[in-house]
Amino acid sequence: MTASIVAPRDPAARYVMRLGDTCLILAQRVAEWCGHAPILEEDIALTNMALDLIGQARALFTLAGGLEARAGGTCFDEDQLAFLREERDYLNPVLVELPNALPGALPGSAAGASGRDFAFTVLRNAMMATWLELLWRHLAASTEPELAAIAGKAVKEARYHREHASDWVRRLGDGTDESARRLDAALQGCWRFHAELFAADALDEAAAASGLGPRADALREAWHEAMTALLAEVRLAPPATTAFVSQGRQGVHSEAMGYLLATMQHLQRAFPGGAW
Amino acid sequence: MSEVTWPTLDFGAGPPGTPTAGSAAPGATFVPSALPAWPAPPATPQERLERAWAVLQQVPDPEVPAVSVCDLGIVRELQVADDERTLVAVLTPTYSGCPATEVIEASVIAALEACGLGPARVQQRRSPAWTTDWISEAGRRKLREYGIAPPERCDAGGPASAATGVDGQAPSFAAAGGVVAVPIRIHPRRPVTAAAPACPRCGSPRTERLAAFGATACKALHRCLDCREPFEHFKPI
Repeated sequence: MTASIVAPRDPAARYVMRLGDTCLILAQRVAEWCGHAPILEEDIALTNMALDLIGQARALFTLAGGLEARAGGTCFDEDQLAFLREERDYLNPVLVELPNALPGALPGSAAGASGRDFAFTVLRNAMMATWLELLWRHLAASTEPELAAIAGKAVKEARYHREHASDWVRRLGDGTDESARRLDAALQGCWRFHAELFAADALDEAAAASGLGPRADALREAWHEAMTALLAEVRLAPPATTAFVSQGRQGVHSEAMGYLLATMQHLQRAFPGGAW
Repeated sequence: MSEVTWPTLDFGAGPPGTPTAGSAAPGATFVPSALPAWPAPPATPQERLERAWAVLQQVPDPEVPAVSVCDLGIVRELQVADDERTLVAVLTPTYSGCPATEVIEASVIAALEACGLGPARVQQRRSPAWTTDWISEAGRRKLREYGIAPPERCDAGGPASAATGVDGQAPSFAAAGGVVAVPIRIHPRRPVTAAAPACPRCGSPRTERLAAFGATACKALHRCLDCREPFEHFKPI
């Protein structure tokens, strides 16, 4: 088995890697719909979006490797960063690693048995695409030209992702009793994981000070406004905020992460450098 | 629909074994069989660059082979590197996750070297980000003839409205104060707007979008409300 790498230490490299992790792990979850989406068009749409996210992650990992090398560390390539880290070295928020249905949220239903709930994916995608679109807009003005260039491209893609998810939030929320119930269940299940997206830490401080990118809390207000407006269209309101803050961005993940990484890393671990 | 004349696809069928769209594997290249040929090597660097542009005009996009990589505006610049030997093609990728990016790079190098213009390499330039506004007029015409509705112009305000307009058009009954259950449509009905792309087959402006994501990242799926044919639309981005 291929040994794990020691993750980059440079704050700028970690800031960029953290965003790469967010795109990569969300892509892994979205891609799990491949061959399983409710209709062919959605299968195609979800896999297209996963591909966009993987492309963004690739560019970010390449940049993170370069930034670490510039700071005197090892220049890992995109594959090493994506596949050869230990769980604690992934810095994505917990929200993106959650399985495509919340365990126990749909007892007895077909979605509960399959482990996939389309309403859950729709709601998480709406939360994440709204967040990513805002973040990419900020990053398009980064003092790091390569990050600004990646963001300039990604913001256009995120806009399509947000529109796709928002469209389905409306359709499910305005749809049948069952679709509205499932959307509401997804909202109640996901919402408590959003606080982490806006919890600024030392990496954010350093990035904001150098002009690399915004602090996490800089996006809070605009995101809340957009999500509240979207939910209001289907007569839903954001659940009350609690004191709970998940810690994925600090490397402390949920029990779902280990299983996800086992699937995602298996090929590179078992067949080092494997390509096809 | 027997009366429909389907556009013929001819971008220079390659020799046996030439990969076709959809079968592209890493390392595969798309090099047309009928490349320009010159009796002698270029006399000046300027001539070499001119020939290189002519060659790349013939290199098809792997996923939309009706148009060349130049038509799409992917090739931003051609220059001779500081070593005064290597030809550098500056390319801007279309989508972050476009799986054709590597094939395009390999095809560009292979075509230039096949025409005796090598050694060649490619350089990626991400900024400014690629936009469908860079698709040439010839490219737009070829797309239409191929059956793909070309993208609206972004700089004319078309693209933003085409994308964000979806929000405003989506049915929402909350605004009307209603709590009536609405059937879940797989393809939400939207009013036909002036922004809808015209049908590339019959020219009708009455079309509707079926899905925002099509067979490739760059295309959406539409259908014509008059001739009832489905067609692809190159998304303005």
